[in-house]
Amino acid sequence: MTLEEKVIKIVMEQLDVTQEECVLEASFIDDLGADSLDIVELLMEMEEAFGIEIADEELEKISTIKDVVDFLKQKGVQ
Amino acid sequence: MKRRVVVTGLGALTPLGNSVGESWDSAISGKSGIGPITRFDSSSYKSRIAGEIKNFDPLQYVSKQEVRRYDDFILYSIAAAEMAMADAKLTISPEFAERAGVIVGSAIGGVATLAEEMKSLFESGPRKISPFAVPAILANLASGHVSIRFGAKGPINCAVTACAAGTSAIGDAYKTIVHGDADVMITGGVEAAITPLAVAGFGAMRALSVKNDEPQKASRPFDKDRDGFVIGEGCGIIILEELSFALERGARIYAELSSYGCTSDAFHMAAPPPGHEGAARSMRIAVRDAGLNPEDIDYINAHGTSTPLNDLYETQAIKSLFGEHAKKLMVSSTKSMTGHMLGGTGGVEAIFAVKALQEGVIPPTINLDNPSEECDLDYVPNVARRQEINTAMSNTFGFGGVNAVLLFKKYTG
Repeated sequence: MTLEEKVIKIVMEQLDVTQEECVLEASFIDDLGADSLDIVELLMEMEEAFGIEIADEELEKISTIKDVVDFLKQKGVQ
Repeated sequence: MKRRVVVTGLGALTPLGNSVGESWDSAISGKSGIGPITRFDSSSYKSRIAGEIKNFDPLQYVSKQEVRRYDDFILYSIAAAEMAMADAKLTISPEFAERAGVIVGSAIGGVATLAEEMKSLFESGPRKISPFAVPAILANLASGHVSIRFGAKGPINCAVTACAAGTSAIGDAYKTIVHGDADVMITGGVEAAITPLAVAGFGAMRALSVKNDEPQKASRPFDKDRDGFVIGEGCGIIILEELSFALERGARIYAELSSYGCTSDAFHMAAPPPGHEGAARSMRIAVRDAGLNPEDIDYINAHGTSTPLNDLYETQAIKSLFGEHAKKLMVSSTKSMTGHMLGGTGGVEAIFAVKALQEGVIPPTINLDNPSEECDLDYVPNVARRQEINTAMSNTFGFGGVNAVLLFKKYTG
């Protein structure tokens, strides 16, 4: 499973959305119906799944699935 | 002229069934809903029995995401409210949304979530606390979610009067309509507290039955071998409407809610005083405000918890108010079958009182093999009784000295 696929799987589970909706450019709030609490919970799941920590100032920069993937790559997650 | 309030919808989840119909059928068959605790390993607890809701599938009512995020007390409330609204054939349209409100009571709200999150906090630190923890714990989020779901934009509140919470909620909802602040109220009580903290805590107060070997015999209100209450969980939601509003939309009317009595003992944080004057006084207020006399009361769904003190003092209170008539009216405790659903009790027992009026069947007090000496009323022992009645009272009392009483009567136009 690629990193993108792993991230999308978590997004689908957490936000109760379909694979079709989870294009990389999808915005959590505008396209996937999430609110700010949903995003906090989603990123907590990412921290858990990939063994990383996301600081609050980094969290504010994340708004799409691609942002998550890029952030993880930057943290050295394969 | 005083605005009149009628009951037009019922919804329930109880240890006796996952609908009003199933719960009522079990109640009038004298079935017990009590069994060994399955929610957690209770082997080191003094009391290891409970009235649990069984085979409830929340996905019938909400999404997977909601199941993960909401405490059970919220899920139960949504489910029972859905059933009550469907039963009332009521949809809240934007035209009267501001005239529709919600008050669902609960003693301890999301106590299960609170305990789990505390465990995460101690084991893994503050970063592991879910952003959905607080809204799963707050007791008023039962009302909150129900209002969101049905678009009820009128008055909202939450009664947290311990074991009287469901009755306080319905009483306050009744007053909200009488006062003219709403025409429709979704109201009742809920509890989902069969948790280690609650079972240990009530156990420490010596409030719980320890008849662990005979779960179905453990809740025995008014019996000489009673030794405490059996913890239960459940939710009862009713739809109240102002009479002309209900008539105009052609609603089916189950009964009229004619009054609400509420008093405080101002005595002790947990125990009722001998004679339970406050309970008698709240019953007296309910009778008076309904424009009735004590002799007009046919049936009381008692608080009847199966604790040594409550059942004796409640009996004394009934005698002090009703005098000779106390021996004629019927008194039964459905807690003998459901266990004590704490804040859910008032909602569920209001429904049983309404069903007794509607169907002319009085649910029994089961396990009443040998009434204790001073408990000498007609408790409808062990077998339901077919009898037409015109009035039904529902008593519930809560820690903190709360005495809350609802009086329903047949709707006759």
